[in-house]
Amino acid sequence: MHKLKVLVVDDEEGMRGGAVRSLESFRVQLEEFSDIVGFELKTAGDGASAIKLVQEWSPDILLLDYKLPDMTGIDVLSETEGKRDAQVIMITAFASLEVAVTATKRGAFDFLAKPFTPDELRGTVQKAARHVYLHRKARKLEEEKRQVRFEFISVLAHELKSPLAAVEGYMHLMRERMKGPELASYDSMVGRSITRLGGMRKLVLDLLDLTRLESGKKPRAIDRVDLAKAAGMAAESVASAAGAKNVTVELEVAEGLAMTADPGEVDMILSNLLTNAVKYNKKGGRAVLQLSRKDGEVAIRCSDTGIGMTEAELSRLFGEFVRMKNEHTRDIDGSGLGLSILKKVVKLYGGGIKVRSVYGEGSSFEITLKDASVSAPAAEPAKA
Amino acid sequence: MTTTKKNILVVDDDQDMLEQVSLTMTAEGYNVATARGQEEAEETLLQFIPDLAIIDLMMEHMDSGFALCHHIKKLYPEVPVILLTGVAAATGIDFSTRQGDASSWMKADILLDKPARPEQLRAEVKRLMRV
Repeated sequence: MHKLKVLVVDDEEGMRGGAVRSLESFRVQLEEFSDIVGFELKTAGDGASAIKLVQEWSPDILLLDYKLPDMTGIDVLSETEGKRDAQVIMITAFASLEVAVTATKRGAFDFLAKPFTPDELRGTVQKAARHVYLHRKARKLEEEKRQVRFEFISVLAHELKSPLAAVEGYMHLMRERMKGPELASYDSMVGRSITRLGGMRKLVLDLLDLTRLESGKKPRAIDRVDLAKAAGMAAESVASAAGAKNVTVELEVAEGLAMTADPGEVDMILSNLLTNAVKYNKKGGRAVLQLSRKDGEVAIRCSDTGIGMTEAELSRLFGEFVRMKNEHTRDIDGSGLGLSILKKVVKLYGGGIKVRSVYGEGSSFEITLKDASVSAPAAEPAKA
Repeated sequence: MTTTKKNILVVDDDQDMLEQVSLTMTAEGYNVATARGQEEAEETLLQFIPDLAIIDLMMEHMDSGFALCHHIKKLYPEVPVILLTGVAAATGIDFSTRQGDASSWMKADILLDKPARPEQLRAEVKRLMRV
């Protein structure tokens, strides 16, 4: 249960007691959030003690009588302006338009005319409580979003700075002719610089893909995609990396198997899967990509005999910039965005991803995809 | 007359940075040992007594460099430590303006921005070892 603090300010003791009795066991159901709001109450009989309590206790809802012995309710609002985070309900026996306008200007949320029944009081407080609750919830979400964005940008800055620093460092050494006058002595420095710049380029491209997918701005060309051909192309794109590690890439796909999709997106999925299966494999290992039709959907399975993941690593797998850093992976290049992209593309096809992994033995990714409808427009904004 | 070579420990999780710093230091005639992270460095320190250490700040963890620096200073309080950081832009922390008060809790003798220019690195190493 969520507790909200209510301060009742009225010079009549009977009024204060009545309000407390009406609200102390009152509950507001917020079904859409499966939450209940209850109330914690305090009272004040004059303006000065009300101001003090507003500042020291920070109530969420302020039930404020207009006529107080030492000042008006409007004075209380003026005195606490900028120092309170409360929804104000003005209580008044003489509901003049002038008072209403001034109170609203000073931040009053609602009015309650005296005399009122306990039900009328509860109804008004319920409205204010809902408002406070929703407002807080929205604020919290906004803060979380800002935090996630800040973290994303911090990591991105680090990921972009590292290759730049590496290349810049090599440039310094080359300028100093650190390895003598022979140009050939610098081949490895040039080679490493090209590799690091390539990694950076891949990161920028992946980032663009991810942003386009998230914003729904990615243009799509839905067509009949020959999956055997698509798998062959994906295998070709990892051939040199696989050769370097002596990893065998095997394809199991029936001739003529096809689906309705954007060819670029299918390639993103298949290449992503195979790239990981090769990259995180052991020397001399196997990567198997299987495609078939099952219950009208396309089923993709990509398994490897690689280094595998621990349960903890598995649980973090689809986060952005999550690259499993351990002694097996530290020399493996990658943007850390591949699986985030994969997940978003699979979502466009109403599909799902299942991952199984045994540490030290290998991983397998299982994906299902539904055919896209031929007239599919630009991708819907994908939700994270 | 023969002088024994001075030992330098270089620690960085980025293979390229590691290579660059050790190349610069080897060319200067130092004896260099390298490690790819805090743990590996701590193992190396069991057999290798450095006269100076050059450490990357962010390795396995955000603060691996600090932890390692602390470890070295505990073992060998007199050994100067240079921390390399590329972190300033990512966090908004400007270490350079906080050198004075920061170094007291970081224990590092100096913080240099990544990538450190070879001439800068050489000068700082010489200064700290009073060569």
